[in-house]
Amino acid sequence: MQATGLHQNRKLWNVRPPKTGVPARMSVFLLRRCLTLLATLVGASLIIFLVLDALPGNAAQMLMGADASPDAVRALTVKLGLDQPLALRYLHWLGGLVSGNLGNSYAYGTPVAELIGERLTMTIPLAILAMGLTTVLALAAGIYTAANHNRIGDVGVMSLTQIGIALPNFWFAILLILLFAVKLQWLSAGGFPGWEDGIWPGLRSLLLPAVALAVVQAAILARVTRSAVLDVLREDFVRTARAKGLTKREVLWQHVLRNAMIPVLTVMGLQFANLLAGTIVIENVFYLPGLGRLIFQSIANRDLIVVRNCVMLLAAMVIVVNFVVDVLYAVIDPRIKVHEL
Amino acid sequence: MIAQAGTAPAPNAFWRRALRHRSFVVGALLCLLVLGAALLSLVWTPWSAYEIDVASKLRPPSSAHWLGTDVLGRDIVSLLLVGARATILVGIIAVGIGLTCGVCLGLIAAAQRGWTEEVIMRFSDFTFAFPAVLSAIMLAAVIGPGMVTSITAIGIFQIPVFVRVTRGSAGAIWAREFILAARAAGKGRVRITIEHVLPNILSILIVQATIQFALAILAEAALSYLGLGTQPPQPSWGRMLNDAQTLLFQSPSLAVYPGAAIALAVLGLNLLGDGLRDLLDPRLARQR
Repeated sequence: MQATGLHQNRKLWNVRPPKTGVPARMSVFLLRRCLTLLATLVGASLIIFLVLDALPGNAAQMLMGADASPDAVRALTVKLGLDQPLALRYLHWLGGLVSGNLGNSYAYGTPVAELIGERLTMTIPLAILAMGLTTVLALAAGIYTAANHNRIGDVGVMSLTQIGIALPNFWFAILLILLFAVKLQWLSAGGFPGWEDGIWPGLRSLLLPAVALAVVQAAILARVTRSAVLDVLREDFVRTARAKGLTKREVLWQHVLRNAMIPVLTVMGLQFANLLAGTIVIENVFYLPGLGRLIFQSIANRDLIVVRNCVMLLAAMVIVVNFVVDVLYAVIDPRIKVHEL
Repeated sequence: MIAQAGTAPAPNAFWRRALRHRSFVVGALLCLLVLGAALLSLVWTPWSAYEIDVASKLRPPSSAHWLGTDVLGRDIVSLLLVGARATILVGIIAVGIGLTCGVCLGLIAAAQRGWTEEVIMRFSDFTFAFPAVLSAIMLAAVIGPGMVTSITAIGIFQIPVFVRVTRGSAGAIWAREFILAARAAGKGRVRITIEHVLPNILSILIVQATIQFALAILAEAALSYLGLGTQPPQPSWGRMLNDAQTLLFQSPSLAVYPGAAIALAVLGLNLLGDGLRDLLDPRLARQR
């Protein structure tokens, strides 16, 4: 509404509206966001490097144990490049992050990038499966409860979500194992066969972990969806749409949902960090050979180079997803003042 | 929110309303139950939670051991009671860290605006990239696992939440007319923040702190389950679940009690938070 008013005003004053107004502002906005993204990533890498490399304790000494001979420790220090100044090692690592050459694992002796890549073939499908389940469950529950506001179904589902939010996801996972693996023996209690035997056995073993991750997250997202839909249902344009003869259902699907998606999307972005953290925990519950297991094995092996790169990868994923959500936010809702973001 | 500082309803009226609010009462009872368990464990437990008695391991529930014993022969009820202590301790300190740092930074951001605000908000966005599990992993790799690791990791992740909530609600207060009046009366930013802004956002902060406490309990449980948090022989609910998981086929019930304890504590805090929000801020309650 405001835009038309402004437009007419300009006509009145015989000032042409800038033709590329919105796109130009959008690209400035995108540029600023990209720079912030880059700065955030560099900042994260700096913190991770400082915490893991600059704190007391020589990695070579840790690897060889307390009773190793000083000569051997010194030789390993030189071999691993740990004798170089801190700043140089940081820049070296940063260069490696860009080029993909992350060095070799202390414990396995294989390239770190290869090690991580191998584990991601399990962690990423799990995260996607869990996020998909979360979205489906949450939207269904949220829309159903909003459409049946204050009726018995609404109260029932909302009580369920209250319980869902209170469940620790790893305990829910253990309960799922108890039911489906111990009692019913439909699925195995853990492990992952890999993707070599086809997609089905792999998906089958990711099913329980994904459900455990999704149910708790969906409980939160369902509540957000419900209140977002309810907020939009109170808007004037909904009444107008009803007045012009659309049924409740048509209004809900054609007008309300699109407008209610913005808060839902924001929370989904925030939940992604939770999901990754949850994946690390859940992988340990089901003994899945993913990124989370790799990190824990590496902590036990004092394999700091693997820990450092894994933590960086996880932090970077969270940062990038939040960046994408921010940008989508502006794309979906042009009313959002771009300069304020 | 028309009511300003000083016109809050009398305490009696508040309690009368509170006792009629269902989720507040249920939440408060659950919280008191957990707190009571922790306090009780300081003076009395049915058995010692530290003494190992392998001869009576994995006993089913009986009149001597109400919920049975674990793989080391320790009494489950005693372990649950003492475990409540670790949960509450980690929760209080971690939320304390987040509340103190977060509220200070948020108030500064709202009062100063300009680049100070920009720096603080970017910093808080940045901290969001490190979930508690991630910070705990880094700290555990460097200083080893333990209660300090879990408290620090959870505390750090709480800061940006409080920064955002404080900044948002304090910013709204700063735009109000009575702040303008206070400035016209010659009060400085610090005095206005302490005398007018903070009292007006206190109820929002109390509600948020309750909800964050619930999240801290979940994080603590996950960290001690993973072996990054509270270390044995100190009993903790997360650790008990980890022990129970290796015995799922022999004694599945061991995996049920600690998880139920965590869920009840978290449920209690969430219900209490919801109740407090309705009671302290009637405007928000009507919106929902």
